Amino acid sequence: MSNAAFSQSASHAGTDTGLGTRIVRAVAARLVIAVPYIWLLLFFLIPFVIVFKISLSQTAIAMPPYVPVLDFSEGVGGFLASLREFSIDNYLWLTEDALYFNAYVSSLTIAGISTILTLLVGYPIAYGMARAPASLRPILLMLVILPFWTSFLIRVYAWIGILKPEGLLNQLLLTIGVIDQPLIIMNTHTAIFIGIVYSYLPFMVLPLYSALEKMDYSLIEAAQDLGCPPTSAFWKITFPLSLPGVVAGCLLVFIPAVGEFVIPDLLGGSQTLMIGKTLWNEFFANRDWPVSSAVAVILLLLLVVPIVLFQNAQARAQEQGR
Amino acid sequence: MQSLGSIRRDFAPWNDQAAKPYIVFDQVTKRFGDFTAVNNLSLSIYEREFFALLGASGCGKSTLLRMLAGFEEPTSGRILLDGQDLRGIPPYRRPVNMMFQSYALFPHMSVEANIAFGLKQEGMEASKIAERVAEMLKLVKLEQFAKRKPHQLSGGQRQRVALARSVAKRPKVLLLDEPLGALDKKLREETQFELMDLQQKLGLTFVVVTHDQEEAMTMADRIAIIDKGEVMQVATPAEVYEAPGSRFVANFVGNVNMFEGTVTARDASGASIDGDSGISIRTENAGDAQAGAKIAYAVRPEKIKVSSRPPMDIDSNAAEGEVYDIAYFGDMTVYYVKLGNGLVVKAASLNSARLTDDPLTWNDRAWISFKPDSGVVLTR
Repeated sequence: MSNAAFSQSASHAGTDTGLGTRIVRAVAARLVIAVPYIWLLLFFLIPFVIVFKISLSQTAIAMPPYVPVLDFSEGVGGFLASLREFSIDNYLWLTEDALYFNAYVSSLTIAGISTILTLLVGYPIAYGMARAPASLRPILLMLVILPFWTSFLIRVYAWIGILKPEGLLNQLLLTIGVIDQPLIIMNTHTAIFIGIVYSYLPFMVLPLYSALEKMDYSLIEAAQDLGCPPTSAFWKITFPLSLPGVVAGCLLVFIPAVGEFVIPDLLGGSQTLMIGKTLWNEFFANRDWPVSSAVAVILLLLLVVPIVLFQNAQARAQEQGR
Repeated sequence: MQSLGSIRRDFAPWNDQAAKPYIVFDQVTKRFGDFTAVNNLSLSIYEREFFALLGASGCGKSTLLRMLAGFEEPTSGRILLDGQDLRGIPPYRRPVNMMFQSYALFPHMSVEANIAFGLKQEGMEASKIAERVAEMLKLVKLEQFAKRKPHQLSGGQRQRVALARSVAKRPKVLLLDEPLGALDKKLREETQFELMDLQQKLGLTFVVVTHDQEEAMTMADRIAIIDKGEVMQVATPAEVYEAPGSRFVANFVGNVNMFEGTVTARDASGASIDGDSGISIRTENAGDAQAGAKIAYAVRPEKIKVSSRPPMDIDSNAAEGEVYDIAYFGDMTVYYVKLGNGLVVKAASLNSARLTDDPLTWNDRAWISFKPDSGVVLTR
């Protein structure tokens, strides 16, 4: 009798703790999922909304340098009144002045060419790393990441010392007699390309390496066995299988390169038009926060829309294919 | 008529002096740095033969296959295919195709495209390619999977795609690297017969690398036993099993009882052996062993009878011991009988009836016996 009662109460306690643990687990699971969302909300969405709001405002000599400032002190009426002052004038302004259009086009072009150049330089490096003996790979990986240990700004400055007319490169070429006039590289697009390729190379190499490294080498052997010479096997097997790495690497280079400010400013000289520099000028030289915010919002749309489209396409392809 | 083991098909060009070997390994050596994978190895394979390279992992059998495919070049020696020296010919120009152990199916291509890959390289017309692909799909019974990608197939289906892809070009020789290694046991057994069927149907020469002796025994016309980069024996499955050439081969293939001993007398009908374990053996198969030679007498467990009484047959070799262990497999039972001086002899008896009269059990006294032609004398 007492035994039965004991077992009953024990089983009761058992279900209680069971339920408790389950609830805790469910909450914990949701919390874990929530963390990245909260992060995105706090550090991406809210700042973006603020920037977007400023882009709809008008510039003013005030603190902050735009109106309207959302003010709740005048009650709901005042708040609604200030809402009515928002306009898309800044966006219209961007279309009226050719400067912005040219800056966007120039940025996309420079970023596009730089991305292709980075891919051309990065692919052989990644391929070599992936085919290197397994014991050597961690060291090679380390070497790719090594430049990050020095400040980005200092590394870009160092390129001035290399590329300027009396710089290291020209001295070397003059000494060995390849050229008899110093090459003018500084303050040209070439200098920007060199700077971007150099700075963003690791972002290209790493995803390419990870795609190439997991590829089964027996696929190449199988292709050759079926009558495919090595070059052709590369284009039919290796390259298509590394495409996810190619795409990831290109996005990782292209996106920051479009908005790049430091490299065109230091290496490209004053005549280079890039959207990052335009934005900087609007913001700090003109103190026109609303227009520079509009420039930033358009830049974001230019970049986000193709990425989202691409990711959708890829997700669909994956559902079908894999 | 008596024959060694069972005869599967009437095909034995290796016994024909006039027959020309199709593939010849001529004193081939392959070194990787300090490691010698293949050591001065010579081997002949005939046209339409199903040839197996059998050995433990790392014995060099895969290296042989890769040299034939062209992925490795021999350090020294020649490899001839149909009279042509293969040295310097890259894999993509060799008239051989390989089925890879990992299958190496192109993951970004459909089953169809995988099979068509080699044909496209040849520059075959599109209509002919489609025809051949359809034929191949039918051959491996995968017609309804043509549009699938490799990852949407089961292991067995992938194996068939790999097979179809490697025979689509009608190669002179098909190389198979552990073709059934990734399949489960049931599927492996089925597929063995399908492979044999396919080989007959297409009339191709198959060279298969395997570490699974049952696989090699079932499928191959001849087996080369490879150890440490050297050929230990090349023979038909029955010869390898019933007439092994050395202690290594006898031990490597199947189960065996090895009686070490000395030949005491040698005559036309056989030899008498004084076993180190105290048993004296009379054998009809003495090979070239002379009196006084230190030899091993190898006899397979299923050729040893075990009973609770001494054998009636006075010709038989016999010894008394006690049942030390019993392994029951259902279809047969293996008795481990410990002889007087401690040697444990394995004797397998087929359970051809469900009920056993007078069953032996642990620690029972038991007699083992075997006929004079049951085993072979091994000098090496």
